[in-house]
Amino acid sequence: MNKRPVIQVKNLVKKFGNFIANDNLTFDVYKGEIFGFLGANGAGKTTAIRILCGLSAPTSGKVKVAGYNVYRQTEQIKKNIGYMSQKFSLYEDLTIRENIRFYAGIYGLSRKVINERTDELLSKLNITNLGNKLISSLPLGWKQKLAFSIAIFHKPEIVFLDEPTGGVDPITRRQFWDMIYDAANESITVFVTTHYMDEAEYCDRVSIMVDGRIEALDSPAGLKNTYKAKNIDEVFLKLARTPIGEVGRG
Amino acid sequence: MKQFIGFVKKEFLHISRDMRTMLVLFGLPIAQLLIFGFVVTNEIRNIKIAIYDRSKDDVTIEISNKIISSGYFLLHENLTNINDIENIFQQGDVKEIIVFEPDFAKKLEKERTANIQLLADASDANTANLIVNYTMGIISDYMKKENRLTETPFQIIPEARMYFNEEMRSVYMFVPGTMALILMLVSALMTSVSIAREKELGTMEVLLVSPLKPAQIIIGKVIPYVVLSFINAVIIIVLGYYVFNMPVKGSLMLLLAESLIFISLALSLGIFISTIAKSQQVAMFISMFALMMPTILLSGFIFPIENMPVILQWLSHIMPPKYFIIIVKNIMLKGVGFSYVWKETLILTGMMLVFIALSIKKFKIRLD
Repeated sequence: MNKRPVIQVKNLVKKFGNFIANDNLTFDVYKGEIFGFLGANGAGKTTAIRILCGLSAPTSGKVKVAGYNVYRQTEQIKKNIGYMSQKFSLYEDLTIRENIRFYAGIYGLSRKVINERTDELLSKLNITNLGNKLISSLPLGWKQKLAFSIAIFHKPEIVFLDEPTGGVDPITRRQFWDMIYDAANESITVFVTTHYMDEAEYCDRVSIMVDGRIEALDSPAGLKNTYKAKNIDEVFLKLARTPIGEVGRG
Repeated sequence: MKQFIGFVKKEFLHISRDMRTMLVLFGLPIAQLLIFGFVVTNEIRNIKIAIYDRSKDDVTIEISNKIISSGYFLLHENLTNINDIENIFQQGDVKEIIVFEPDFAKKLEKERTANIQLLADASDANTANLIVNYTMGIISDYMKKENRLTETPFQIIPEARMYFNEEMRSVYMFVPGTMALILMLVSALMTSVSIAREKELGTMEVLLVSPLKPAQIIIGKVIPYVVLSFINAVIIIVLGYYVFNMPVKGSLMLLLAESLIFISLALSLGIFISTIAKSQQVAMFISMFALMMPTILLSGFIFPIENMPVILQWLSHIMPPKYFIIIVKNIMLKGVGFSYVWKETLILTGMMLVFIALSIKKFKIRLD
């Protein structure tokens, strides 16, 4: 893996009135990396993701995503990222092909490219004959895989996954992570939040946020070593006194 | 631009896929207009009456014939006794009983006065009132004619003419009102629900993260409903014209242009509602209660604003449909041009700008 940073965050602060949601965050994410972004509810993960996606501006600090400045170049940032949240973000009343065409269309792909890649994708997922089926007729696991495929359909530099595997069975989760590895192999950077601690083990590097600050950032093995823990779950518990599920701003 | 067109296409797909939406869009306006036009009316027609004629002379028969042939009433039965009034009304067919006293003609000739008793079923007070008024009108009409032959001290005869609606057809009132109601419903309700749906599904998030600008998203959402609402406006005008003979005396272009302004206002209201509402249910609820009810009750659609308590009159001033109904009536019935409706147009445009400004403000706050 070459060490070219695609996300550069330096002293990022985001305040809502007196409340500090992101307290002086500094980290880099490298090209082709799977970067786990962990933290309890209310630790400030969502706020950070929104800033990285160009949805809200930081209060202070230097942030560059895909080489673009989050203060002024949100347009370019949006063109170069993909996004998927725990809600599937597909239109249930449209067919698979229509969903792909729509999302690819708003990223400005040409009709020819869309058609080519759609056929490619459908055969890769083994659903060539289902292209004209409504999304609502698909099982949950498939929807999720499809949502991920669509999020990276325009070949973005970075894809942000906000708890992508919420509410899915372990087998589908495992398959989903296979797709994430595939994407990373195509040198798409994956920025993923999750509260499944076992999933954190699949990441190249993991950052753990507590109360708006990044308390730890290392490879899963490095973290376990430093904190003398058997797994990431223990690391997390040692770092975060406050249990997961604390009520607060996400 | 290409992205934007793709977005609008997707929106049309949503609408065409959803039978319920299609039904609301096109079934509702037609059904509503036909119901208001044919069923809900303030006119009386073919009301069943019973006559108890205890005199059966020339005069009572003539008056009876006049009443029955008026078109408003149908003779249900001739009574031979009056013991059973309550029972007759309870059966429900007969709405009015007319009783002539014995020796009616003779009395009229000798004493120059005779009595007719009108009994009406007032379980429906308004209708009873109308029925009695119509009957008395016919009787006094008869009296006037007869009096012309004899000498009477003096007489004042008011001649009324109902301008702009000579036949007092209630459909003239319902077409403009229905238009306001439908355009409000389709535009505001549909947009607010469809934007709320994207929020609920989480697709809104993805759209916001995409290169589409928020303004493009909103305008893309709104355009299909502008088109559909406009088609609806045309359907209503055409139905009004061909089914109910509702004229368009003024400029059709002006009428359509004003409709477009009202549609835009309703859409901006819809967008505003969607910035408040988190779910489709809430959006629908707000649209129904904040828009539908006032449109029906406070806009002058059914109940005249002049008769309302002062507070409600004030409230009616901030009801957009009120101004639209005034505009439509003026153009369709009075045939006036823009110089007579510019004030109302200005108010509608102003309201539209206010709601757009509020929505943009709300939308930005939410994004931050």
